[in-house]
Amino acid sequence: MHEMGIAMEILDIVQASIPADMADVRVQRVNLKVGRLSAVIPDSLRFCFGVAADKTAAAGAALVIEEIDVAARCNDCHHEWTVETPVFLCPACNSGNTEMLSGRELEIVSIEIAEEEPPHVDL
Amino acid sequence: MWIFDKTARRRHHDGHKGDGLPSRHDTAVESQRSGSREIKVVRRVLDANDMLAARNRELFAAKGIFTLNLMSSPGSGKTTLLEKSLARLMPDLRCAVIVGDICTTQDADRLAASGAPVVQINTDAFGGECHLAAHVIEKALTGINLDAVDLLIVENIGNLVCPAEFDIGEDRRVVVLSVTEGEDKPAKYPLMFRECDALLLNKIDLLPYLDYDTAKTLISIEQIHPGMPVFQLSAKSGEGLEDWLAWIRAQINAKKKAPSS
Repeated sequence: MHEMGIAMEILDIVQASIPADMADVRVQRVNLKVGRLSAVIPDSLRFCFGVAADKTAAAGAALVIEEIDVAARCNDCHHEWTVETPVFLCPACNSGNTEMLSGRELEIVSIEIAEEEPPHVDL
Repeated sequence: MWIFDKTARRRHHDGHKGDGLPSRHDTAVESQRSGSREIKVVRRVLDANDMLAARNRELFAAKGIFTLNLMSSPGSGKTTLLEKSLARLMPDLRCAVIVGDICTTQDADRLAASGAPVVQINTDAFGGECHLAAHVIEKALTGINLDAVDLLIVENIGNLVCPAEFDIGEDRRVVVLSVTEGEDKPAKYPLMFRECDALLLNKIDLLPYLDYDTAKTLISIEQIHPGMPVFQLSAKSGEGLEDWLAWIRAQINAKKKAPSS
């Protein structure tokens, strides 16, 4: 539901990440990491970003989303595992003393900008 | 988003190969010069919100205010719970409330009867947002005399998804679940039940009329958030309310004793 707000945050960060000396650039790709336990639906986010980025340097840019598995560790027996269903009890010793290692990411890793055109391409 | 089906996960991937080349999708962009320049960013998307939340948290610490972020689905009984809670806390704790709703001031009107200062936020002024973000709280704080507040309660927008993602600078997050919503809600909204520090299981006065199985909820909570305190109560009858209020007081005292940063 809040993907538009998140898309606008992404757009702000993307625009701020374009080096000041690069005028009139077009962002081709925005590389994101999204944890599987974040409240973001990738398809909705892509749609919202497309709308938000219209008429900006990121218009038409692809949002490339790497989904990050939920990983957890048991503080009692030190077992580490990938959480496939929302159960955070240790599968090895059934302890509830566990912590999440990943799965809550919502990060912009990088942006990719098209290389500049050579000066005289038009014939 | 939590998706258990592996094929569905794959479908969510973009389909671009990780070769750094522009995809066919981007042919308008210099396709004949297939290079692109990658600029490292490595920033959390919600950085701006988190920075404002940290600022709110510093302000609360400076003023000695304990802040609760109360979340739930619509109709779980948050406002009734607050009315009853404020009535019992107010004699010895100075309380203030920020109420978020998409529309109307009905909740604020009800809560104002307690005598606590109440600020209503209508998010339609912010585009009908489904959650309260840190900047909205910061703005609402200007309507409260913070020197006269010990406990600030933020009643978030009724929604079990989005508010879980947004830090507002609170000390503790509490989720309210009413027994009329069904036992499956923690498993369906695991992020909310992971992120919150306590669960209030409300409307237990209705249990004789429902097929609701409390044990199933408790098992589910133990799986999703092992050790999370659960308070079974009825805001309407007052049953179980004392344990929840004692928890709030204990949390406030713990914050006072903790070395301030």
